[in-house]
Amino acid sequence: MTVASTSQSILFGKLSLSSLPLNEAIVVWTFVVVAIGAVAVLAALTYFRLWGYLWREWFTSVDHKKIGVMYMVLGIIMLLRGFADAVMMRLQQAWAFNGSEGYLNAHHYDQIFTAHGVIMIFFVAMPLVTGLMNYVVPLQIGARDVSFPFLNNFSFWMTAAGAVLVMMSLFIGEFAQTGWLAYPPLSGIDGSPGVGVDYYIWALQIAGVGTTLSGINLICTIIKMRAPGMDMMKMPVFTWTSLCTNVLIVATFPVLTAVLVLLSLDRYVGTNFFTSDLGGNPMMYVNLIWIWGHPEVYILVLPAFGIFSEVTSTFTGKRLFGYTSMVYATVVITILSYLVWLHHFFTMGSGASVNSFFGITTMIISIPTGAKMFNWLFTMYRGRIRFEAPMMWTMAFMLTFVIGGMTGVLLAVPPADFVLHNSLFLVAHFHNVIIGGVLYGLFAGMIYWWPKAFGFRLHPLLGKFSFWFWVIGFWFAFMPLYILGLMGVTRRLRVFDDPSHQIWFLIAGFGAFLIFLGIVCFLLQIAYSIWKRNELRDETGDPWDGRTLEWATSSPPPAYNFAFTPVVHDNDAWSDMKKRGYARPLTGYRPIHMPRNTGAGVILAGISLALGFALIWHIWWLVAVSFVGLIVTAIAHTFNYNRDYYIPAEEVTRTEEERTRALAAAGV
Amino acid sequence: MANQAIIVGAGQAPAFHLAEEPHHPEGHSTALGFWLYLMSDCLIFAILFAVFAVLGGNFAAGPAPKDLFDLNLVALNTAMLLLSSITFGFAMLSMARQRKGATLAWLAVTGLFGLAFLSIELYEFHHMIHLGATPQRSAFLSAFFTLVGTHGLHVTFGTIWLVTLMVQIGRFGLIPANRRRMTCLSMFWHFLDVIWIGVFTIVYLMGMLR
Repeated sequence: MTVASTSQSILFGKLSLSSLPLNEAIVVWTFVVVAIGAVAVLAALTYFRLWGYLWREWFTSVDHKKIGVMYMVLGIIMLLRGFADAVMMRLQQAWAFNGSEGYLNAHHYDQIFTAHGVIMIFFVAMPLVTGLMNYVVPLQIGARDVSFPFLNNFSFWMTAAGAVLVMMSLFIGEFAQTGWLAYPPLSGIDGSPGVGVDYYIWALQIAGVGTTLSGINLICTIIKMRAPGMDMMKMPVFTWTSLCTNVLIVATFPVLTAVLVLLSLDRYVGTNFFTSDLGGNPMMYVNLIWIWGHPEVYILVLPAFGIFSEVTSTFTGKRLFGYTSMVYATVVITILSYLVWLHHFFTMGSGASVNSFFGITTMIISIPTGAKMFNWLFTMYRGRIRFEAPMMWTMAFMLTFVIGGMTGVLLAVPPADFVLHNSLFLVAHFHNVIIGGVLYGLFAGMIYWWPKAFGFRLHPLLGKFSFWFWVIGFWFAFMPLYILGLMGVTRRLRVFDDPSHQIWFLIAGFGAFLIFLGIVCFLLQIAYSIWKRNELRDETGDPWDGRTLEWATSSPPPAYNFAFTPVVHDNDAWSDMKKRGYARPLTGYRPIHMPRNTGAGVILAGISLALGFALIWHIWWLVAVSFVGLIVTAIAHTFNYNRDYYIPAEEVTRTEEERTRALAAAGV
Repeated sequence: MANQAIIVGAGQAPAFHLAEEPHHPEGHSTALGFWLYLMSDCLIFAILFAVFAVLGGNFAAGPAPKDLFDLNLVALNTAMLLLSSITFGFAMLSMARQRKGATLAWLAVTGLFGLAFLSIELYEFHHMIHLGATPQRSAFLSAFFTLVGTHGLHVTFGTIWLVTLMVQIGRFGLIPANRRRMTCLSMFWHFLDVIWIGVFTIVYLMGMLR
């Protein structure tokens, strides 16, 4: 356990042997298990001589598809970490009754609930959403890659560097004990003298650079790289929601960057932005961070809405009902998401008029969201619904999300919020919408696009097991929290006095166990499907009878995505092509212009990681060295003008002829 | 691309792909991307301005703008930055006429004006800190140093970029990649000028009225 150590060495800053949490048995055992696992993975990679392959084909790749897959891997790994935190909280809260202290001390427990929120939002939901957008959007718009392929690789590695910092905090020092938004004055240097908040700040700042740049990149891609004929109102809905999400990213993440800079100045330099002293104002922080924080939840959920739209339309075999209204609803939500931030702190003294304004804007958001819900329902109406796993996730979403949305409207009423704020009712509400909206959408999307990415489907039965465990587990885990919240139990508590509450925590714990089984089934599904990939193989590139352009090419698509740039005449371009008897061209291939791989992204992110670590531990020489190194490397990279190459026509011909043979063999 | 109309004659099978590779000039998204970056940077400044607007009157019984600001000095500083924007414009004009030497010369002049601006700003900061008006003294001073300092840091990075680009133009000439970079840097430089006008007005002029 690290308390502010007063002694600082020049070589190691605040870092010393006592920074290692050796007295926390749980952390030590976790470290042992993680270390054994890591050594095993590293040894296996070395034994099978995979390092060169990984470096050449993945780490330095600027291919949006490979970067997308790497984002997904990062998100799934971090999901396991974030879920482990969740299980520990459920266990502690089910246990700490009748005088028992549970098994976690306050210092450890406070880090866990902070880490859970930070990891789930920044390092699970964000990478998974960004990963899917990265993979799918260029394919849906008929492009060969994103606008700035190197920047895309750099963005991924910055996100990964942020995740590495959070993971390091588990074993070296501590994480923040402030809750996921680190409100001052608690997160100020007097309230949190340790390194926990510094880990929080630098992990988010480094990952935030990646997120902002990837937002700019995807906006440019969607605006500039669409296939001929695809005007804005012919874009697939997922591309539309991605566009709105990336606009939100570019328009909000700088706010987070700025507010965290101010917090770090308070902590490192001793300024008085958010102190309660010398004119500082902690409410500034709360306002600013929620100006980022509320749009952030729409950043996550809009792409999920896009996924549900694609899935509903594909698995009912119909055009999406009300495409135009779906697009406008998305844009309206994008704009309204800026006008509601204050509902996160109705009780913090804004007064009745201001609260009314933000309460009403919040309730208005349910109108475009409701419109979307009806669009999906009317798409299904009289459709031939195929109950494949992505469609099941979509239907579970529609049920779950509507209930989460209704409790949200309830909380948007300021007087009700005065009773329910900071309670488990709120916790239940936002899990209801984030799990029921974002996570269900991500599962639907992962299963839906998996065959595109790897050329074989995920095993359907294990997918259904995972689905049912998740959905039932969700109701068991979170409905008790609504009840507890109505009874007045506040969030983030470690021990409880009233024994009558225990039963609800036990039920919630059982729900977490069901969700655990859901995650196990999900991982088993992936492992089993890889093992049985030849039986699950799809040669057509279009296993679901898809409607948008990503299904027009092979699975997995070649590096250049499309041998010929597609031309779009209608919404659901691929469906249109199939209907009008489009025949795949077999000759006339041309050389294709592509971006070249580069290691600069990995190197820059690696140096940023060192810089972040040095700043956290006040190792000033390393701060100076890595900062200068960062600038020099970035400048050196700009001297590399040789960034592209042509895939020769012969190679395109070879790849495409191989596909022709595979299609013939599959009898298509 | 998207605006290329695809005309299909009557009775003709519609084209579902382009037989020839469409021409994607390298860097065709760069201007848009850089604009978006500038707008995101602008938001960071917007937050710093907002913070200054809220906290700028919280002197905590410490020094106020009237005790600290020397408007003559700030006017001189402003002139340096505005002149540097004009000379950058001359560099762009020389580039349009393919005059490498003149472009480099105007860039050098721009860089010198930038350095003059930074020197005056550093002198001002030094002087204020010497008077005891440190960033830690009050919320007003925290907000002042952060807003003005962030702008100064941007000018510093712009100057480093400017020198780098001069080397690149010197070595590789006014090739399309370098012309694109010049366009970006020029947008960045003028953007900092616009931000400074906000700083000059809101921090210094309106500060003197507080």
